[in-house]
Amino acid sequence: MATVTVRIPAPLRSFTGGAGELEAVGATVGEVLSALGARHDGLTERVLAADGSPRSFVNLFLGQQDVRALAGLETPVREGDVLSIVPAVAGGRP
Amino acid sequence: MSSILHLPTGERDRIRAWAEAGYPEECCGLLVGRQEQGQARVAYATSARNLNRERAGDRYELSGEDFLVTDREAAAAGLEVVGVWHSHPDHPARPSDTDRSQAWSGWSYLIVAVADGVLVDLRSWRLDGERFFEEEVATWQP
Repeated sequence: MATVTVRIPAPLRSFTGGAGELEAVGATVGEVLSALGARHDGLTERVLAADGSPRSFVNLFLGQQDVRALAGLETPVREGDVLSIVPAVAGGRP
Repeated sequence: MSSILHLPTGERDRIRAWAEAGYPEECCGLLVGRQEQGQARVAYATSARNLNRERAGDRYELSGEDFLVTDREAAAAGLEVVGVWHSHPDHPARPSDTDRSQAWSGWSYLIVAVADGVLVDLRSWRLDGERFFEEEVATWQP
């Protein structure tokens, strides 16, 4: 188990009492997010879909790496890692 | 609801230059600054890659890596990402259903309309529930 710093983007801070950084404990990215979700109602639903996979409009970076390019939610974390929740930014004209 | 996006004239001019240079493709970037009592005060804007190469004329998708770099630089300076800007080539500066479906509340969405390669309009919008409302854009000379 490792203590990881999770960076929360501004649009999701209404679920964390305004906090931009939080610590959570887990062995994998998924466990860290679950631990965080247990403390902050509504956060998990914004990050993970009903089947438990990351939402398409949310990117998760462990350090500088997109966890999709690693092992997804099963990616192991180490003490002191930084997990960033990055909102996808997209759109376009009709 | 009402809110104001405070945009320095120099950053407005940089966004104009990026959007006109990128025409006829959609261009995008981030707005970095501070949120103060529901008002966004932009310190600087960035230009980011549009990852959507197949439909670059009418869609944009900002790279997560670009977001992360900007977000970390902003945090180091005591700032944060307060919004997104993107261009609508040959289309009004109004959010589309595509924009709405992928928007986040709490951010300003600045849209610049570029017609025949020239910026013709600039408006900012915020999400309130499922709907966008227009916010005032106040430009100022630092």
